[in-house]
Amino acid sequence: MSETVLANTAAVEPVIQLTDVNKWYGDFQALRDINLNVDRGERVVVCGPSGSGKSTMIRCINRLEEHQRGTIVVDGIELTDNLKNIEAIRSEVGMVFQSFNLFPHLRVIDNLTLAPMWVRKMPKKDAEQLAMQYLERVQIPEQAYKYPGQLSGGQQQRVAIARALCMQPKIMLFDEPTSALDPEMIKEVLDVMVELAESGMTMIVVTHEMGFAKTVADKMVFMDDAEIVEVATPEVFFENPENDRTKLFLSQILTH
Amino acid sequence: MADIQAPRKSNTSILNSIAFRGVAYQVLLAAGVAFIGYYLYVNVNANLERQGIATGFDFLSEDAGFDIGESVIPFDSSQSYGRVLVAGILNTLHVAIVGVFLATIVGVLMGIARVSRNWLVSKLASGYVEVCRNVPVVLHVIFWASVIRNLPSPRQAITPFDGIFITNRGIIYPIPEAHGIYPWLGVALVVGIIGAFVLGRRAQKRREETGQFIPTFWPGLGLILGLPTVVWLAAGAPLVWDVPALRGFNYQGGASLTPEFVALLIGITVYTGAFIAEIVRAGIQSVQHGQVEAARSLGLRPGLVMRLVILPQALRVIVPPTTSQYLSLTKNSSLGVLIGYPDLVNVGNTTLNQTGQAVEAIAIMMLVYLLISLTISVFMNTYNRLVAIQER
Repeated sequence: MSETVLANTAAVEPVIQLTDVNKWYGDFQALRDINLNVDRGERVVVCGPSGSGKSTMIRCINRLEEHQRGTIVVDGIELTDNLKNIEAIRSEVGMVFQSFNLFPHLRVIDNLTLAPMWVRKMPKKDAEQLAMQYLERVQIPEQAYKYPGQLSGGQQQRVAIARALCMQPKIMLFDEPTSALDPEMIKEVLDVMVELAESGMTMIVVTHEMGFAKTVADKMVFMDDAEIVEVATPEVFFENPENDRTKLFLSQILTH
Repeated sequence: MADIQAPRKSNTSILNSIAFRGVAYQVLLAAGVAFIGYYLYVNVNANLERQGIATGFDFLSEDAGFDIGESVIPFDSSQSYGRVLVAGILNTLHVAIVGVFLATIVGVLMGIARVSRNWLVSKLASGYVEVCRNVPVVLHVIFWASVIRNLPSPRQAITPFDGIFITNRGIIYPIPEAHGIYPWLGVALVVGIIGAFVLGRRAQKRREETGQFIPTFWPGLGLILGLPTVVWLAAGAPLVWDVPALRGFNYQGGASLTPEFVALLIGITVYTGAFIAEIVRAGIQSVQHGQVEAARSLGLRPGLVMRLVILPQALRVIVPPTTSQYLSLTKNSSLGVLIGYPDLVNVGNTTLNQTGQAVEAIAIMMLVYLLISLTISVFMNTYNRLVAIQER
């Protein structure tokens, strides 16, 4: 691990702390001794070959998956079986999925106001105002009264980002947000994510978009075979990676 | 330059026109159906005349001359065939309506239980489903009829609570004696229900305006149950139970469910409930897991996830096949004929045997089932349109 990363994080308490996290699916080990700290405002990009445990790791952070050993502390709350704690963490941690997962039976605006109204107990008017504000931020306010099925993939993913932002989370998790999109739609989603990163949001992004990673990442995390193999700043990671597995992976995805 | 080939002479015969053929086939089909119908009509008429059987519906006003085991409306054997058929229709509706209601409750509970993460609950529910839907409904009905026939006689009745007697003559239970205030209790109940509804709407509006959650379940229940209670107390709390008592070989007083009704009801409810359980399970499982994950990751409680995200999407899958189950339950109620429940088919058969007017009797039965089924269909299709998801 490079010293520069640790140097600028030493002062503040990390907002996410994973310590010796292990997870198995039956006999298959999905995560092995994962240690990772993320500071407030830090942008972390996680990459690695498919099946390496990237998604599993970030899904453990809001307990869509349960880890079996080690500790995960998010915003000072440790993730255990306690349902109240889990819900408290989930309402502080926004998540964007590869397959959007918008609610097809609700209009865009109702997708956005659902959680603020039922979890934050916000008046409908305020929730709608907030929703419109975030739709403007992802640049599709004109789609507010349509159903998700009427939108393009890129628009749907931007709605999904806005839906997560409406809960005004402290942390945003992105699980391969552009992998299900056509090439011409990837940019519009990445633009929104870059803007979000610039606003100071704490983000963990699982992605293969290396251009995006170079632009926004404070810290690159490379995973392979259920482990974190290398953590480095983007400069070091792309120019001068230490580990052979990292070099192999980068040579494979950067060749064309 | 190559010779340009002259177009072949086009075939202009009308017989090759798609439009003409389309019309011609339909005309031929309609003519064929009309001819078969006419042939059957003439044939039946000629045969009936030869055997000296009267035709027409005059028999409906003649005396029936037979009695039936139970009836929703007063009936005795001196009344007409018309009235006995109406009594049969009402008996069919009685068992079908109660059956649909109970089968829905059983089905929804068992369907949710099947997807439960609790091992015992889910295995019990799948045991119920597999046993009940894989046995013919006829056997269900006969099974429960024989179970009830083997219950103790009235003298050794099973008494789970004071005043309730389970016997091979049916289930006998006490009812309050009629009193002038009781109709008003019904009015109070309706007012209470309307009040609870208004309360719910106002709470929802309040929630949307201010974000405040107002509990509506207990206040609503209080209104529905409390208002009649207050009226009843204000009238001096009149209550005299008509408790059944053993006189001779059977009970006098109270009210009773006949063995035939109970057997038929349990048989068709248990059978249809198993199918509805599978439909409910399929509906819930048809909602992609990503929907649940998205809802959970927004911090919604499991109950809210079910209510706001899963059920609205599952209903569009559940409603249409459930309609078919309601129709099938209603038609299966005709199995009452096997165990002596005087449903429409039962009294219709007796009428047919006594009058010999098979065509008319069968026609009446078919028409009634058709009307009942179409009514259920229209009602359920309307409901389906209301819950259908607009996605585009």
